[in-house]
Amino acid sequence: MATEDDKGLHSKAEEFLQAFKKGAEFTSELMRENERLRYRVLQLEESSRATEGRSEASEESRRLEARIAELEREKEEILGRIQEVEEENQDFATRYVEIEQENNNLANLYIASYQLHSTLDFREVLQIITEIIINLIGAEEFAIMLLDEKTNELQAVATEGIDREDVPSAKIGQGVIGGVAKSGESHFVEDVESYVSDLSSPMVCIPLQIKEHVIGVLVIYKLLQQKSKFDPVDYELFTLLAGHAATAIFSSRLYSDSERKLSTIQGFLDLLTR
Amino acid sequence: MAEYKVLIVEDSPTMRQLISFALKRLRGIQICEANDGVDGLKKLSVEKFDLIFTDINMPIMDGLKLVSLVRNDASYKEIPIVVITTEGAQEDRERALALGANDYITKPIQPNRILDVAKTLLKIA
Repeated sequence: MATEDDKGLHSKAEEFLQAFKKGAEFTSELMRENERLRYRVLQLEESSRATEGRSEASEESRRLEARIAELEREKEEILGRIQEVEEENQDFATRYVEIEQENNNLANLYIASYQLHSTLDFREVLQIITEIIINLIGAEEFAIMLLDEKTNELQAVATEGIDREDVPSAKIGQGVIGGVAKSGESHFVEDVESYVSDLSSPMVCIPLQIKEHVIGVLVIYKLLQQKSKFDPVDYELFTLLAGHAATAIFSSRLYSDSERKLSTIQGFLDLLTR
Repeated sequence: MAEYKVLIVEDSPTMRQLISFALKRLRGIQICEANDGVDGLKKLSVEKFDLIFTDINMPIMDGLKLVSLVRNDASYKEIPIVVITTEGAQEDRERALALGANDYITKPIQPNRILDVAKTLLKIA
């Protein structure tokens, strides 16, 4: 009986032992699985962190690219502005040279005008006109011809580079000189360099006129060696001479006449009151 | 500011005024004018000048004589001299340079040329 009980107990113990072994194996298996899963979780966490990092880097990269594009645009704008400023500078430099030239021209015109009206002596006026033609226009051979109202002829009263006697007198309306005196229109040869000197047909002929009244002409036959053509300021000087020289000559003549008459009258008065 | 004294010896009032007008564009320039060589020497004897512009053809005493006298006088020989000539008067120009003139300008006068010559000889930047 006791043996059967022992057998039964032994069988139960075996069963329990088996169940315990299975439980131990299951637990062991669970622990391995747990370990494997924990390892996997760690891997996933690392992977997740790496992905987040890449995303942040990508965001920073996009931001920098946008900034670069913005700076490129600004650079283009600045380069464009620099080019505009350089063009403006070029314009200013050109304008400066033009103004400088204009200033010189105005100075010449002012001096010519100032000198022409600085005296009432007829000979001095002729001398000043001569100086202006030599020093400001640059002529080497020329003559100042005045109209004799009685004979209606133009005769040289002052010359430079040629003898006064060599300059032929000209009747109003005859030839180039007479034609200029009649019309009041200036005469210029088209090509200064190919001009051949001809005392009856000058290179330049300018009427000296007060309003419509021509009192004489300026005739130019030859320019100074270094002068091959007329500059724009020369035409301005010619225009100025046409008017101002005429006025200066006319005024000085009137003054000389009045001085002479005054002297004559004074002589008579002295005789009468003696 | 540096003050420079320039003597213009020229019988033509037009030329004197033209040269004077051009030089007045430089700062610190004081101008004195003389009608001929003798008048120029008189001015030189009473004032100290830094530069002389002189015409060659003048009455009483011409520019060549003036250049010669200035260069042979210990008191003035260091003063730079610029002669004014016509392009055709090459002989006069060469003679003036041989006598000691520093430079020359030709007629018709260009204000810029006067300024350039004056700046160089007065050492103005």
